[in-house]
Amino acid sequence: CFQGLTKSQNRANMSDIVPPEVRPKPAVPAKPPNGGSTLLGYIGIDTIIEQMRKKTMKTGFDFNIMVVGPSGLGKSTLVNTLFKSQVSRKSAGWSRDEKIPKTVEIKSVSHVIEEGGVKMKLTVVDTPGFGDQINNDNCWEPISKYINEQFEKFLKEEVNITRKKRIPDTRVHCCLYFIPPTGHSLRQLDVEFMKRLSHSVNIIPVIAKSDTMTVEERQEFKQRVRKELEMNGIEFYPQKEFDDDIEDKSDNDKIRRMHLQEMMPFAVVGSDKEYQVNGKRVLGRKTPWGIIEVENPNHCEFAQLRDFLIRSHLQDLKEVTHNIHYETYRAKRLNDNGGLHPITSNDTQKIYDFHP
Amino acid sequence: MDAIMLQEKLVERLLCPRVRTARQKCNVEKQYVGFATLPNQVHRKSVKKGFDFTLMVAGESGMGKSTLVNSLFLTDLYKDRKLLNAEERINQTVEIIKHTVDIEEKGVKLKLTIVDTPGFGDAVNNNECWKPITDYIDQQFEQYFRDESGLNRKNIQDNRVHCCLYFIPPFGHGLRPVDVEFMKALHEKVNIIPLIAKADCLTPNEIKKLKDRIREEIDKFGIKVYQFPECDSDEDEEFKQLDRELKECTPFAVIGSNTVVEARGQRVRGRLYPWGIVEVENQSHCDFVKLRNMLIRSHMHDLKDVTCDVHYENYRAQCIQEMTSKLAQDNRMESPIPILPLSTPDADTEKLIKMKDEELKRMQEMLNKMQQQMHDKDQ
Repeated sequence: CFQGLTKSQNRANMSDIVPPEVRPKPAVPAKPPNGGSTLLGYIGIDTIIEQMRKKTMKTGFDFNIMVVGPSGLGKSTLVNTLFKSQVSRKSAGWSRDEKIPKTVEIKSVSHVIEEGGVKMKLTVVDTPGFGDQINNDNCWEPISKYINEQFEKFLKEEVNITRKKRIPDTRVHCCLYFIPPTGHSLRQLDVEFMKRLSHSVNIIPVIAKSDTMTVEERQEFKQRVRKELEMNGIEFYPQKEFDDDIEDKSDNDKIRRMHLQEMMPFAVVGSDKEYQVNGKRVLGRKTPWGIIEVENPNHCEFAQLRDFLIRSHLQDLKEVTHNIHYETYRAKRLNDNGGLHPITSNDTQKIYDFHP
Repeated sequence: MDAIMLQEKLVERLLCPRVRTARQKCNVEKQYVGFATLPNQVHRKSVKKGFDFTLMVAGESGMGKSTLVNSLFLTDLYKDRKLLNAEERINQTVEIIKHTVDIEEKGVKLKLTIVDTPGFGDAVNNNECWKPITDYIDQQFEQYFRDESGLNRKNIQDNRVHCCLYFIPPFGHGLRPVDVEFMKALHEKVNIIPLIAKADCLTPNEIKKLKDRIREEIDKFGIKVYQFPECDSDEDEEFKQLDRELKECTPFAVIGSNTVVEARGQRVRGRLYPWGIVEVENQSHCDFVKLRNMLIRSHMHDLKDVTCDVHYENYRAQCIQEMTSKLAQDNRMESPIPILPLSTPDADTEKLIKMKDEELKRMQEMLNKMQQQMHDKDQ
């Protein structure tokens, strides 16, 4: 129902900048589709999506993902596989002089990756040393501190009198927690960590190196893990409680979420090596008894994790972090403080005197 | 296949003595005393008596220890086991659980005891989680020491741990701090054989790298794992080759399985994955066969010998030394009395020797008293 008046013209101009798939509809006056009888003419409100899209492409957006788990579970390999680039430095084992860090360190590395004209500043926060010691008491504290520090940074910027146009967002949007595939159940350390952090960050539990388990073992393990998470009141992403807050979430989304929850935690295998299988080059692991294809849904759930994390819920993760976790932190800080006064950029010391 | 046959030959060699053949009999019958049949007699007697072997398995839960034990001895020792979930495990300390099973094969009886250590390494704070294990091993030594020094030594029960299989997780990059500490606490009390558990999650390259790394770290930290005895120089080349291969393969990367699957037209123990079938007894898949052969078919006796001759003797010497030093303190001697007498006897030394004699007499009395007490307790 569009008049193809300037369509061809538009196409010629647009193709230089924008790849074919994201080419916008031409902005011409058109009869509104069935329904909008109150509009006497075409206003052009629907082009706002287009404007937003263009703007996002120009500014790009950032995404911060944290990986937590004992060393050797394939965290860096998985992140590299997820984003199809070497964004995480693989620790090929501790070198002769390097020892496992005595306390949990927080190492964050940022990369800008681009796809389809969209730029993403991806920050991967690694936590070497988690769960590696003999005594792992409170090894979650440095991680909790880091997350709160990022919230604090954002809060400070927000509360400033002269605010930056776009506040740099270093808050952790998603935390992938790696569960070792013992086949029995969650370990005490897993429960402790997730209990304490599920209220400040979106936790996505992942079963690492799942090529250790056969399909039946995997199903049983997942069931047991889910039961334990439920028993301990651990809400991992996507959280049930946040569904009711947002009124315009349709029932479809609810059903989708429930379906997802049945599949989680995802049992994944990561790899950065390619092999030839049936004439195709696939990412996989070659063993004497067969090749494990990372992206084959019959072999492992990597493809589902990737689709879930990147293709459908990336923006939602950011929103939940901003609207829920950050707001919780902010409310708590304001309550403790008895009201936060907007401060100039010179006067930053005041905030630090109050410990959340 | 060849490797297995060679290993069978090796076993025969160990069990059967080198008996003179009939051909030589006529020539040397006059000089033939006949004690060359001694090994045969020992063999027959021990077969009648039966053997016992105590094996300890240690490692975090979920490493496949029970599955491996079942696969090694073709039994189902853990039928009624209930797995605990994370919450139930919070207050659990490391326990020691013994399972005993009698196995008989071709007339030879084996009383196998498996010592399990559930709870090891499972807590958040695992400081000294090996203490219950070292205490248990010491207890067995102590009990044997008392029995040995006792009056009635005919039916001593040997509960000493002959071998400890330690399961290293394949997920790490080598030995973790808890692995190092555990092995250092136990390497002078028991024969430790480190294993890489659940090796089917590693590619052959990764296995090789991990093995090299673990061997390196074992050297670096000075951990004394069980060493295979050197083969004699008169053994033939193929035996030596086997022995070399065995040594280069440590630590063994093992897989266990309780299920039987169909592979290449045969029913074998294995694990069925969507991408292939892992066979436990296939040498190109894992080192299970090597471990089994080493543990049961060739080195079981050596493990027991090393336990008796080295670990137990160390314990015993230490024990006696402590006792004598305690006695020395009690008698308030001015100079520390040497355990061994001095080589050149003079007046002073003779006095020392006399005091030493009295001390020994006192120690003997103490031992007798202990024995008596034990005897009374048993009644």
